[in-house]
Amino acid sequence: MALPAYASPLERIWHYTYLTLCVLIFLFLIAPILIVIPLSFNAEPYFTFTEKMLTFDPEGYSLRWYDSLLTFGMLNPEAPRDGAWWLDFWQNAQWMQVTKHSIIIGFFSTLVATVLGTLAALGLSRPEMPFRRAVMAVLISPMIVPIIITATGLFFFYSKTGLANSYPGIILAHATLGIPFVIITVTATLVGFDSSLSRAAASLGANPRTTFFKVVMPLILPGVISGALFAFVTSFDEVVVVLFVADHSQQTIPRQMWNGIREQISPAILAVATILVIISIALLTTVELLRRRSERLRGVSPR
Amino acid sequence: MTDATAQLTTADGKPLKAALAASLARSRRRAFLLVAPLFLFVLITFVVPIGQMLMQSVYNDTFSTAAPALGKWFDEHPPGSEIDESAYAALASDLKLMKEQKTSGSAGTRINYDISGSRSMFTGTARKADKFEPPYKEAILSVEKKWDNPNIWRAMRSASSPLTIDFYLAALDMTRDDAGNIVSVPEGQAVYKMLFGRTMMLSLAITVICMFVAFPIAHLLATLPLAKSNLLMILVLLPFWTSLLVRTTSWMVLLQSQGVLNDLLVWLGIIGDDGRIQMMYNRTGTLVAMTHILLPFMVLPLYSVMRTIPPAYVRAARSLGANSFVAFYRVYLPQTLPGIGAGALLVFILAVGYYITPALVGGADGQLISNLIAFHMQKSLNWSLAAALAALLLAGILALYWLYDRIVGIDNMKLG
Repeated sequence: MALPAYASPLERIWHYTYLTLCVLIFLFLIAPILIVIPLSFNAEPYFTFTEKMLTFDPEGYSLRWYDSLLTFGMLNPEAPRDGAWWLDFWQNAQWMQVTKHSIIIGFFSTLVATVLGTLAALGLSRPEMPFRRAVMAVLISPMIVPIIITATGLFFFYSKTGLANSYPGIILAHATLGIPFVIITVTATLVGFDSSLSRAAASLGANPRTTFFKVVMPLILPGVISGALFAFVTSFDEVVVVLFVADHSQQTIPRQMWNGIREQISPAILAVATILVIISIALLTTVELLRRRSERLRGVSPR
Repeated sequence: MTDATAQLTTADGKPLKAALAASLARSRRRAFLLVAPLFLFVLITFVVPIGQMLMQSVYNDTFSTAAPALGKWFDEHPPGSEIDESAYAALASDLKLMKEQKTSGSAGTRINYDISGSRSMFTGTARKADKFEPPYKEAILSVEKKWDNPNIWRAMRSASSPLTIDFYLAALDMTRDDAGNIVSVPEGQAVYKMLFGRTMMLSLAITVICMFVAFPIAHLLATLPLAKSNLLMILVLLPFWTSLLVRTTSWMVLLQSQGVLNDLLVWLGIIGDDGRIQMMYNRTGTLVAMTHILLPFMVLPLYSVMRTIPPAYVRAARSLGANSFVAFYRVYLPQTLPGIGAGALLVFILAVGYYITPALVGGADGQLISNLIAFHMQKSLNWSLAAALAALLLAGILALYWLYDRIVGIDNMKLG
């Protein structure tokens, strides 16, 4: 995107305006996410930079909001921090409880979505699949239909079938929401899949199962893992279905954040947000590495 | 050498045509069996619940099961017949039944959707239902005078059949007048049409803003060398991977009247300390936060289309005498249209159904139709109306989804 030597002054001015514009847009994209990180170390209960923070005075910074995350909901938060304190934390601290719920729900819904989604993607990417387009449209629709409609439907359905306020209910719902992501990522991986490889395996005497596990699976694994990560993030971030069909004993991290934001927003929420941002950076890095590996495996040169 | 006219056969003697058909059928069956489990799963956990919700929007039997005698009376007497002693006798027997089964509250709530204030009539009169003696008309009217209001009887008549389109009428700001004709509600009470309109306008505004904001950076990403653009792409993908609630929280922090942006403006001297701008809990908040959240959905399809446009085309246009604006407008822009279309449709579809962000930063006038559905589900408990609103929204979304599939194709959806 270098400027040619023959560019006129007007073009030069426009070129630099354009670059400035791009920088501003990138700033708009990224700044709101990064701004919560320093603010979560604020020593005061404010949502803006205090004078001490701006002058990098150590007194302006503190870990008090992270500490309040640990102790919130504990029976005896003032006790000395020994084994008993940490046990109390593990059993009673509110944020610890919701983290456990989130991980349980996320794990099982990811498992369901990934296994079923990968199988379906294998079927969908075969050219002989009947009604391919219509089936695909139905399977992707949970991503398109507004979450409030899904939640409303599930509310009626679960209250009649007794799945309301239970783990299986939320896990099934979250699996449904994660499925479109698995299908999209796995079918994208399968686009470049050379089906003569599985035919070669079959001609060398491998039965279909061996072919799948020894030849197909290793090649599509990066796509499957990315899909699983997408599904997990979807569940980990989902709040509306939980609002509608869960009760107190299945509260998740986003549900607890929702409470925190609606009732009395304190910088403790920013501490949670910071942790979540760090998690998403880690996930993004993983997915990016997987994508590159997948491209290398399939012999697709980067575009 | 086989004779050309003889049938071709496979090694085991089957006709080749039949063998091919059987093998094709087998592979079709195999592909179908791979998809079947998931299809069933989605059918049960997604399609059936939504179907049930659609059912709820036209079927509400809370009143008809609580008041069987009235239902019978309405069947026997056509609309417009006089509300005589026999009607009050039916009412009295139903009120007794409601008292026994403790359904006066829910039955009253159903009528209350149409005529506010009528719930207390049911609960209050049902409490004394045991003491009613003939003539019932005077007995009931002595407890609660409002029972001779013809509107109540009209509402009870329409509620006495479980199948009704009344909730759709309500969702479209319509009601029935005294004679039972469908009319629009008075100006002041019309909320839903206005909200549908506002949802459309805001989503359209967000889509257009996203289009203009995404275009330059998608272009930059597509023209930079791959190593650099992959690095910059992270800046687009990170918001995509970050929790929705985190992004909404960040905007709350930024936009608050005591927040970072206002502080910055005060510090720069653009506004005074007392002139802090209210950027949150109104439409601006919804607009800004949702643009930020939906922007990656616009950048990604645009980028993947722009990557495939050979730079030689613009160069050729320039060498043929076009200035840079004409080369962009006549040569480059038309080639990006598929990407613009795909991104705009996706952003619009997602924006129309948004719930979380407007609920948190929208305040009163930044609410969208989803928020009203949630309100009727959780606060006013008028589930059938919520279902009717949801059905209308769903119909719109599915039409757009169909359009998206026709124009873009679902297979072409990309996630980073």
